[in-house]
Amino acid sequence: MSDIAETRRHIPDRLDSPFKSALFSWETLLVLVAVAIFIINSIASPYFLNAWSLSDLTFNFTEKGLIALAMALLIISGEIDLSVAAIIALASTVMGMALQAGADTPMLVTIGIGTGLLCGAFNGMLVTRLGLPSIVVTIGTMSLFRGIAYIVLGDEAYKGYPESLAFFGQGYVGWVISFELVLFLAAALVFWFLLHRTSFGRTVFAIGNNPVASAFSGVRVERVKFILFCLTGLMSGIAAVLITSRLGSTRPSIAQGYELEVITMVVLGGVNILGGAGSILGVVLAAVIMGLVTFGLGLMNVPGIVMSISIGLLLITVIALPIIFNRIKERRA
Amino acid sequence: MRSLARQREVWLLAAIILLVAIIATRFPAFARPGNLLSVFNDTSILIILALGQMAVILTRSIDLSMASNLAFTGMAVAMTNAAFPAIPVVLLILMALAIGAALGAFNGLLVWKLGIPPIVVTLGTLTVFRGATFVLSGGAWVNADQMSQGFIGLPRIVFLGLPMLSWFAIATIALFYLLMTRTALGRSIHAAGINPVASVYAGIDVGRTKFLAFCLSGMVAGLCGYLWISRYVIASVEVANGYELTIVAACVIGGISIAGGIGSVAGAVLGALFLGIIGSALPVINISPFWQLAISGGAIILAVVLNARGERRQGRIILKRAEA
Repeated sequence: MSDIAETRRHIPDRLDSPFKSALFSWETLLVLVAVAIFIINSIASPYFLNAWSLSDLTFNFTEKGLIALAMALLIISGEIDLSVAAIIALASTVMGMALQAGADTPMLVTIGIGTGLLCGAFNGMLVTRLGLPSIVVTIGTMSLFRGIAYIVLGDEAYKGYPESLAFFGQGYVGWVISFELVLFLAAALVFWFLLHRTSFGRTVFAIGNNPVASAFSGVRVERVKFILFCLTGLMSGIAAVLITSRLGSTRPSIAQGYELEVITMVVLGGVNILGGAGSILGVVLAAVIMGLVTFGLGLMNVPGIVMSISIGLLLITVIALPIIFNRIKERRA
Repeated sequence: MRSLARQREVWLLAAIILLVAIIATRFPAFARPGNLLSVFNDTSILIILALGQMAVILTRSIDLSMASNLAFTGMAVAMTNAAFPAIPVVLLILMALAIGAALGAFNGLLVWKLGIPPIVVTLGTLTVFRGATFVLSGGAWVNADQMSQGFIGLPRIVFLGLPMLSWFAIATIALFYLLMTRTALGRSIHAAGINPVASVYAGIDVGRTKFLAFCLSGMVAGLCGYLWISRYVIASVEVANGYELTIVAACVIGGISIAGGIGSVAGAVLGALFLGIIGSALPVINISPFWQLAISGGAIILAVVLNARGERRQGRIILKRAEA
């Protein structure tokens, strides 16, 4: 029994060598980076260490983080979804159409999440039924989904969402703890359990490491991938409800560029972009780091574009450093 | 395999002719040679970028930083032109090529020497280059009245009935055709994508080939930086924002396999033209431009479905079938 447990924990660790064989584990590195940025923020801005501003900080990553959780599983399985931001736009647009038709809040939420799920299923069908590369399929559906939002809305916007919808993106569960944060943490627990503690999670790793071997060992590769695309769509639908509720309006340009930020989160979280390795803890930490960076720079009045340069540099450095360290170590040995 | 590949480009050409014919039934003047030439001129920049992207995709990589490279290089040459109007345009173009190639080399080095997956590297440099554009310009714009006449005028000079912008595209197409079919580098680029392991045994340095492909894509992105700025006569941080996926889309429609190794210069050109025709035809035939995104999205999906059917017959997918 202990043998099995041992190999189980070991397989993903061994295969992601370029990312994890550094001096310490990837998650430890991320914690250190997060703590460093937290300290820098506290020193640089007097407004940072304050319950309300720390609460505001969470809005910087919860919506994208929710999608990143599902995207992590998808990328571990060796696929990718570039259409998540477009799914948000389409789901939000359909919510707006339902609003015009007189839908109430429960109906709006159901429709938003349902649209996301359907979009994910559409991606999944194209990838698994036709055997197409997901990066290409989702570049197509990215244009298609957002294109439909533009066809419906043009340069208009839907406004006038009911007061009760505002809770999802603006509400607090207790004192300064936002509903979005609670939802993100709950979803993180669910995805952690799904990926690291269930046989479904094992098959996700197995598919990412070797789809052919998985298929021969009886894993229904296509079905698992289809489910993962549905999950990513579902999380994008939930994110669409949150964003629509937070902004109180729908524009076709909503969530523009989110797909690259979500993928950056996942990669920064230590998920191997080529599939087969990664952890939910890493993704959660990466989400927090990105929130810290953007919020901290915002407090210091640094323009948005410099925030993105920092995140890009962070991504490259955090990934390149362990590789460079390894090279130096190898050379010395 | 060659006949199949050739067949795919023939099909794409047929689809483009059909597209033009359909547009012509609603608006006959669209199919006039003069108008088609202006559509080509409007698509020139996308064609040049798609060719650079093609070289990268053929080696099993992807360059998501091209649009940001374009914005940075464009800003750099526009600011140089604004500060020193006496510098001849030819020198500025050389400067654009050099800056673009240097940024491409940065991507290439990270991929080659550190072995970081290209999608991760260029996802990072996508934001870094765009941010660097902001740092360089301080967020300010370079306007038409700050640029010299020669700088703005060059793409518009008509030579043998075509604007110079079109000639830039034609020259790039010719150069890429020679490069891909007549040089050792072209062969290596194809080989590195079709079978990296076999390429190594054949004495091809796959990493170096990828590096050179990135230099190439950076260089054309730099060139397009100049062309874009001088054509639209404004340099800002927002230039070509989000354009990186349009460039990949042109390649995908052109039948360049994202899995590497399969694709041609003709495919990249036709893929870009397909998107260009849709873009310029919609307003003419009274369809709201808001349809453009959805139509190109549908076209991409359709093209991929058709391409996948072609690729499946080639036997590369033998292993893939076992998955199903």
